[in-house]
Amino acid sequence: MAASSRAQVLRLYRALLRESQRFSGYNYRTYAIRRIRDAFRENKNIKDSEEIEELVNKAKANLEIIHRQVTIGQLYSTEKLVIESPGNT
Amino acid sequence: MDPRVLDSMLPYLMSYYGNPHSRTHAYGWESEAAMEKARQQVADLIGADHREIIFTSGATESNNMAIKGVARFYKSRKKHIITTQTEHKCVLDSCRSLETEGFRVTYLPVKRNGLIDLKELEAALQPDTSLVSVMTVNNEIGVKQPIHDIGEICRAHKVFFHTDAAQAVGKIPMDVNDMKIDLMSISGHKIYGPKGVGAIYVRRRPRVRLEPLQSGGGQERGLRSGTVPTPLAVGLGAACEVAQQEMEYDHKRISQLAERLVTKIMNEVPDVVMNGDREHRYPGCINLSFAYVEGESLLMALKDVALSSGSACTSASLEPSYVLRAIGTDEDLAHSSIRFGIGRFTTEEEVDYTVQKCIHHVKRLREMSPLWEMVQDGIDLKSIKWTQH
Repeated sequence: MAASSRAQVLRLYRALLRESQRFSGYNYRTYAIRRIRDAFRENKNIKDSEEIEELVNKAKANLEIIHRQVTIGQLYSTEKLVIESPGNT
Repeated sequence: MDPRVLDSMLPYLMSYYGNPHSRTHAYGWESEAAMEKARQQVADLIGADHREIIFTSGATESNNMAIKGVARFYKSRKKHIITTQTEHKCVLDSCRSLETEGFRVTYLPVKRNGLIDLKELEAALQPDTSLVSVMTVNNEIGVKQPIHDIGEICRAHKVFFHTDAAQAVGKIPMDVNDMKIDLMSISGHKIYGPKGVGAIYVRRRPRVRLEPLQSGGGQERGLRSGTVPTPLAVGLGAACEVAQQEMEYDHKRISQLAERLVTKIMNEVPDVVMNGDREHRYPGCINLSFAYVEGESLLMALKDVALSSGSACTSASLEPSYVLRAIGTDEDLAHSSIRFGIGRFTTEEEVDYTVQKCIHHVKRLREMSPLWEMVQDGIDLKSIKWTQH
């Protein structure tokens, strides 16, 4: 199995962020985006291909979790929080 | 709840609906497998063996089981229990009910910083003490007790050590062997898991025996009969696993946000007291007293933020918090206290918004307060005679 290329990892990163933007819940949305950015930044210098493969698999699994939870969130969405109204931050 | 936790639970709320105790069909087997996986996840978080984890309906039940269970089992030879004055209501209440059964209970006082005095603990131990119960992190002021030291003392005197770790598990590293803990209460909804589930850790070596509270079919090693709620147990397990992975990241972030909140408020507003030791604490639970401001009015003004002036379990009562009273807070300052909770999902924006609103309303309420006016004029409030005769 070919090792994950830089392009692949970046594609995964963008897919994760794009999916996370769709969370209707403020706290989940902000957490997911923040956590994904920080996790990718933290691991950006990993060189060992096995480790990279493991991380990529974890990221793929998380992408699926996010996708499912985003969908559920949209089915059961509620009002926006006070902190989300413009001019309140 | 953390989305990862909900995700792990959903299949067990929908398709995998088997009873984990049904031994004769696949539905039961897959539920049982999920339950046992969850048990291992809980055990891994605290350094225990999976056989030492019993699922309960929450930390309240776990606390009841630990305190009443141990006391009653050893009652023929041991009639004394030690706990602290700042424990959760369910611990204090369990002790009170034991007193009506003829047990003696010592409620250790705490120092001004909220910590117990280890020498007082040692002095309180008696030949017939069966249990010491001290919570790891206090839910109202966030103070962290010296669990390692307490464990040492209890082990040396061969007394069982129980800790209500509801606010600590998954947030700070906990190891039952390192800390010489014999019983531990765990709460699901404190670590972004579902409400209605918790666990109790019961040590096997040396064996801790307890009299079960709930009789029935003998589930959970006979200690807690009743069908284990698979989806909830799975949720608790997932919450524990996520917490273990995220502990360092969360702790660093929450500490930064807590520092931000406290510094910003204290720089802008004078006469604010932080209740509880500055150092020995969990950063995500901050209790501040705003002098010359009535706590409930401040809370009403801040109603679009989820804050409290005590804790959920005491919010119905009008009395100021017994925890604050135990650390020696003046009556008026106790009425002016607000608890700020910062967690995994708290954003910097939310902290800034809360700080801004808090500062604004504290200033506004103080402007309206005749007490504040007097203080500004240099009058010492303690010297005032409030009645004529």
